Amino acid sequence: MSMKPKALILHAAGINRDLDAAFALEAAGAEVEIVHVNKLRANPNILRQARILVIPGGFSYADALGAGRLFALDIASFFKDEVSRFVDEGKPVIGICNGFQTLVKAGLLPGRQLFTSDGDERRFTLSNNRNGRFECRWVTIKAEKSPCIWTKGIQEPVVCPVAHGEGRFLASSQAHMDALIAANLVALRYALATGEPAGELWPYNPNGSPYDIAGICNPKGNVLGLMPHPEDNVLTGPAGRSYHGGRQGSGLTLFKNGVRHAIDQGALYG
Amino acid sequence: MEHQSPVHRFTIRELKPGSKSSALIVREARRLGFEGIKAVLRSEIYFVRGKIAPEELGFLGRFLLSDPVTQTCDIHTLPLVPEGEGYAVEVAYHPGVTDPVADEILRSGKELGVSGIQAASTGLRYEIECEKGYTLSSQDLDKLASRLLANPVVQRWALGAVEPAFPGSDTEIPPEAWIPIHTMDEQGLAELNRSRRAALDPEEMRAIRDYFVAQGRACSDVEFEMIAQTWSEHCFHKTFKALIDVENGETGELPSQVDNILKTYIKAATDEIDAPWVISAFKDNAGIIEFDKNFDLSFKVETHNHPSAVEPFGGANTGVGGVIRDVMAVSARPFAVTDVLCFGIPGRGEGTSALSVEQIRLGVVAGVQDYGNKMGIPTLNGSIHYHEKYAANPLVYCGCAGIAPRRAFFSNPRVGDRILVLGGRTGRDGIRGATFSSMTMDGSTMETAGASVQIGAPLVEKKLSELILAARDAGLYTGITDCGAGGLSSAVGEMASELGADVELSEVRLKYPGLAPWEIWLSEAQERMVLAVPPEKLPALAELCDANDVEYCDLGFFTGSSNLVVRFNRKVILDLDCGFLHKGMPRRRMKAVPPSGRGEMQEPRSLPIGKIPGIDELFTAIMGHHAISSKEWAIRRYDHEVQGATRLGPFAGPDQAGPTDAAVAVPLETDLTRGVAISNGFNPRYGEADSYNAAASALDEAVRNAVAVGADPERIAVMDNFCWGDPLKPENLWTLLRAAKACKDAAVAHGTPFVSGKDSFNNEFEGPNGEKIAVPPSLLISAMGIVPELSAVRGSDLKHKDSLLYLIGEFSPFYEASVLMDILEDRPGLAAPGFSDLAPSVYRALHTALKAGLVESCHDLSEGGLGTALAEMCIAGGLGVHIDLQNLSAALKYPARTEGENGGASLDNPAWQALLLFGETNGCLVVEVEQGNSSSFEQHFSNLPFIMIGKVSAAPLLQASAGKKLLALVKIEALKRAYFRESAEILDQAEPSSVLDSQESREGR
Repeated sequence: MSMKPKALILHAAGINRDLDAAFALEAAGAEVEIVHVNKLRANPNILRQARILVIPGGFSYADALGAGRLFALDIASFFKDEVSRFVDEGKPVIGICNGFQTLVKAGLLPGRQLFTSDGDERRFTLSNNRNGRFECRWVTIKAEKSPCIWTKGIQEPVVCPVAHGEGRFLASSQAHMDALIAANLVALRYALATGEPAGELWPYNPNGSPYDIAGICNPKGNVLGLMPHPEDNVLTGPAGRSYHGGRQGSGLTLFKNGVRHAIDQGALYG
Repeated sequence: MEHQSPVHRFTIRELKPGSKSSALIVREARRLGFEGIKAVLRSEIYFVRGKIAPEELGFLGRFLLSDPVTQTCDIHTLPLVPEGEGYAVEVAYHPGVTDPVADEILRSGKELGVSGIQAASTGLRYEIECEKGYTLSSQDLDKLASRLLANPVVQRWALGAVEPAFPGSDTEIPPEAWIPIHTMDEQGLAELNRSRRAALDPEEMRAIRDYFVAQGRACSDVEFEMIAQTWSEHCFHKTFKALIDVENGETGELPSQVDNILKTYIKAATDEIDAPWVISAFKDNAGIIEFDKNFDLSFKVETHNHPSAVEPFGGANTGVGGVIRDVMAVSARPFAVTDVLCFGIPGRGEGTSALSVEQIRLGVVAGVQDYGNKMGIPTLNGSIHYHEKYAANPLVYCGCAGIAPRRAFFSNPRVGDRILVLGGRTGRDGIRGATFSSMTMDGSTMETAGASVQIGAPLVEKKLSELILAARDAGLYTGITDCGAGGLSSAVGEMASELGADVELSEVRLKYPGLAPWEIWLSEAQERMVLAVPPEKLPALAELCDANDVEYCDLGFFTGSSNLVVRFNRKVILDLDCGFLHKGMPRRRMKAVPPSGRGEMQEPRSLPIGKIPGIDELFTAIMGHHAISSKEWAIRRYDHEVQGATRLGPFAGPDQAGPTDAAVAVPLETDLTRGVAISNGFNPRYGEADSYNAAASALDEAVRNAVAVGADPERIAVMDNFCWGDPLKPENLWTLLRAAKACKDAAVAHGTPFVSGKDSFNNEFEGPNGEKIAVPPSLLISAMGIVPELSAVRGSDLKHKDSLLYLIGEFSPFYEASVLMDILEDRPGLAAPGFSDLAPSVYRALHTALKAGLVESCHDLSEGGLGTALAEMCIAGGLGVHIDLQNLSAALKYPARTEGENGGASLDNPAWQALLLFGETNGCLVVEVEQGNSSSFEQHFSNLPFIMIGKVSAAPLLQASAGKKLLALVKIEALKRAYFRESAEILDQAEPSSVLDSQESREGR
C-alpha cells in the first residue's frame, strides 16, 4: 500500500474550493482525486479505494433552496450506504463551509441522534448569518476539547478566512444544543486573535453562531464540519500570508492530522 | 393539455423572522412617505405544477423546500381561498425570465422520486405590518411594490396572492419576416431603423439597401437584425475606427485629422513599446502576456452600464459573467475578478430613472457578489466612485484575469469543423442588447428595455468553465469564442468571417418554445460558448458534456465559402456575404471640437481661498469623504480568498483595516515564486476637469499601484476602458481624443503596452428638468504586472516604530479637482494634475529597493494626497506617524503666482499647509524604511527626488509639524472612525430590500 493515503474530494456543480482543498491535502501528504458526483454515482466503489473523504466549499447547485441542501440530497439519494460505511469505519471525513452545510443537512453531523425520540428528524442546521449577509474576512479559531481527530493536539489558534452567508449553527431546541455541547462535539470555536473566546462578538465571531461554534464533529471524532477555510492558509514563506499576529500556514495542521490518522488506520488495518 | 394539471403552492415562513431582515425596506418605505409601516415580513413561495400525491407534496415541502429547524411550510393547491386581513404583496418573475431556483426544483424533485413534477416557479411574499390606525390603500401598495419590492422590468406583483407564471408553452413558431428593403426610399429606411430599434445612421441604412438591391431581393428579418447588431457601436466600435476632423482652436494640441483612434493612439503605443512578453493584444477576447516559462496570463475588462441602470442586480451580475467568458474564450482558468463601480451620490441628485441611486448601488454590488462568489473566483481589486453625473447611468466595469499553460490558447477553426453551442439554453433574454447599449437612455428606457435585460445563472457558467479546461487539455476543439452581445449572430458570425458557415437554427436548445428565428439568432441569453470541433472529436466532447451536466447542440459546420448561411428547418433564412457583413459598413466621419470652456470665466486656483478649517478637522473630513472612505461594506460581500492564491487582497495590515494599493495573486498551479499584481487608476473629478491629464493620471496611478505591491515596472500591461457620452457631440469627441492621446503618451513613457480595451458611449440620462446629463469623461486604466519576487510584496501597513518615512517622486500637490477642493467648495475642478516625467525612473528605483529588502511598507499618493496616504498607512498598521513639513515645503517648486495669493507659500498659512497635506499629485509614494537601511535606500534614489519626511511612532497619533510648531495632531482612532463611518452605516442596515437582490437572498449565500 502506498504510504500516501488517498483523499477523495467530492465535486458537484457549483463546488468551487475543490482545488484549494486538493492543494492543502497534497501539502499535508495525501494523494488526491477530485471526483464528480456523476462519476461516483456510476461507480460508488471508488469511495472504497479512498481513505479520506472531503466535501469542499462552494455553492453546490448555486445554493438553491438553501446552502448544501441539494448536495445533501445527492448524498442521501445516491450513496448513502457507501458514505455511512465510510463514516462507520472511522475514516476521516471533513466538510468545509458548503461541505459542512451538506454534512449537517444530510444528517451525517453531528451524526448519532442525540435523543432517541428524535427519529429521523434533523435537529441542527446552518442558517443565515446573524447580520443577514455574506461576509469574507480572516478569523481566528481555537480547537476545543473534543474527540475530533482533525483538531487533535492543536493548541495554538488557527487563522484562516471565512466566506459565507449561512454559517450560524442552530439547534431546534436548547436541549439539543446543550446535549451537543455536553458530548464535547464542538470541535472549533471562533476566538479573538489571542485565542480567548470571541464571546459571540462580531466580527471575531463572523456569523453570530451561539457559543462561537465554528465547527462540530461526530461522537467518534472522525467527521469534522467547519465553516472557516483552513485550506486557504497552508503556505509559509514569501508566498504565505500573515494576519492576526503571524500564524502563517496554520491551516495545514488540521489536514496533517487527517492524513496522519488515515496513515495510522492504514497501518492498523492495511 | 398541460393546464389541466393542478398547481401546488408552498409558502415558507421563518419561525423566528430576523429582526433586521426588513429594516432597509421599512426605512426606504418611510422615505417614500409611508411613515406608519412598522415591519415587513418576507416569505418564500414556490409553485409546482403536476399530478403529485399528497404525501409527495409533504415530502417536497419538508425535505426540499424548507428547513424544518428554522422554517415552516404551508401547502395549498390552487386556487387559494381569499385571504383575511392584513396587507400582503406578492412578487414573481415575468414568464421567461431566467429562474435558476425553479430549474433546481424541477431537477431535484425528480431526484427525490417525485416524477409528476412538470414545471416550477418561484415568488416572494411580503406581509406589511403598520402602526395601529395606519392604513394603506391599494395605490399605496402598488407604489410600494413598484418602487421597493419588485423591479417591473423583470417582475410582476399582486396585492394578495400572485398567480404563478410558467415558461410559455406556445408551440406556434412565428416564421421569419421578409422586409422589402431593396425598394425602400429614405423615409422607409428611417422608419425601418426606428421600428426595429437598429440605432444605425442613414448612410448605414443605405448601404444595407444597396447590398440587397445588388442581390435583387428582399431582406429577411434575421438578416436585418444581424447586420444591425454587427454594425452597432457596441460590436463594431464605429467611433474608435472613425475618420475624425478636428477643429483645434488656438491650441493645436491635436492633429487636424485623426484616422482611427484605436490605431493612432492605443495600438500605436503597444507597437512602439513592442514588448516581447506580449502574446496577444487586441486580437482575441482578452489580452495575453507571459507569466513565466510555464504559464501565460490573460486579462479583460468590460462595461455593463446600460443593463445595470435598468436592472442593477442582473446587469452587474451578467457583466461579471460576460467578462469571465472572455477569459474562458482564450482557454484560460479565471483566477481573479475586478470591479470598478461608479454611482450617483446617495441623497444628492437623482435622474428620472424609476430606481433610486441607493437601489442602483446596492443592487449592483449584490450582482457582482453573486456571480464572482458562485464562480469561485476571488474579487481581488476594484474601487467605488461617486459623482452626481452617474445618478441614473451607473458605470459598472467588470474585469477578469486568467491563467493558462504557455501557448495553450489558439483559435483556428478549419473547414468541416462542427459548430457547437455549449452551456445555457436560449430564451428571449437580452434581445437587441448590443443596439440597446448603443443608445442613450431616457424616461422611456425602463419600458422599452424589458427584453434587453439578462439574468445570470453562475452555476451554468461554473460547469461550463470546468468543462472547457478539460476539453482544452484533451485537445477537443480548434476554435472557441463566447456568446456576448449579439448572441450567436455575433459569436458564429465572427468565427465564420473568414471561413463561411452553414447553420441550422432549429437545433438550438431553447428555454421555452415560440421564439422567432431572428430571436434565436440574436438572443443574448447568458452562459453560452461556441466551439469549433473537428467531427472526429465530437464523441469525446459529448461524453465530457454528459459527465459534467453541460448541455450542447450541434448547429452546423464551417463551409469554406465566402457566405454565411443560416437555416430554420432547412429553409434558408439568412445568406450574407461575410465580406459585406464585416467590412461593408460605411466608414464614419466625425467631428471633434474643443468644448466652449466653463474654465474661461475663472482662473484655476493654486491654493484654497476663504477660510480653511483646522487641519485636524480636514483630516477627518477627508477620511470620511466618499472618494476615500472605506468600501468595506461592499468588499466584504465579495469572496477575495477563494482559490487560496490571494497573497495581497483588498485589505492591508494584521487586522485588515487599511486599503492596499493593488492585489497580488499567486496561482497555485505555478511554482509559487512569483505573483500577478492587479491594479487600476480612475478619477471622475479629473475626467471632468481635463481629460488629457485625467487619462495620464489614471495610467500613472494604475502603474504606481502595481509597482507599490512589487510588480516589475518593465513587466506591466495596461487596458483602457472609455465611458463617454454621445460621440456625435463634437465636444465629447474632443475630450475623447485628448484622453486617447494621453493614453499613448503615458503608456510609452512607462513602457506599459495596452493589450486590450473597450469603449462605451451614450452614457447619458435625462435629468429632473428633462435635460441630457452625460457622465463625466470616465477612463479606467487597469494594469496587470508580474511580481518577480514575492518578498517584494510589502503592503501599505506601517510595520515598525521609529522607521523613517520618505516621500519619493516629484511632489507637486494640486488643488484643482482634488478631494480637498470638493470638500471646501462646490465648483468642479477646472484642471487636473499632470504626468510626472520622472515617474518611470522613480518607480524603477522603488522596485529595486523593494527587491533588495529595503522597504518595510509603501503606499501611493492619490486622492486626498500625502495626508491621506499617511492616515491609511497608520490605520492599516495600527501605528502612528510624526512628520515635519519644513523640508517638503522648502523643496516645493511652485508657480510664482502662488506668492501672495491667499497667504502664499508659507507654513504659517493654513491654505499652504492644507495644500501640502491634501493636494494631489502623480508620481509619488510614501515609503517606510528602517533606520539602518536609510543610506542604502537613499543610494537607490541618488539622482531622483526624495525627501525624508518623518518617523513612525508607537503612539497611535498622526502628528504633522513645521519644525517645533505642531500643525496637526489627530488620533488614529478618530481617523478610523471617519474612514469607516459610511461603511458601518450601510452594514448596519443589513439585508437590502428585495428589488435590489431578490435572487441573491434566496439562493446566494
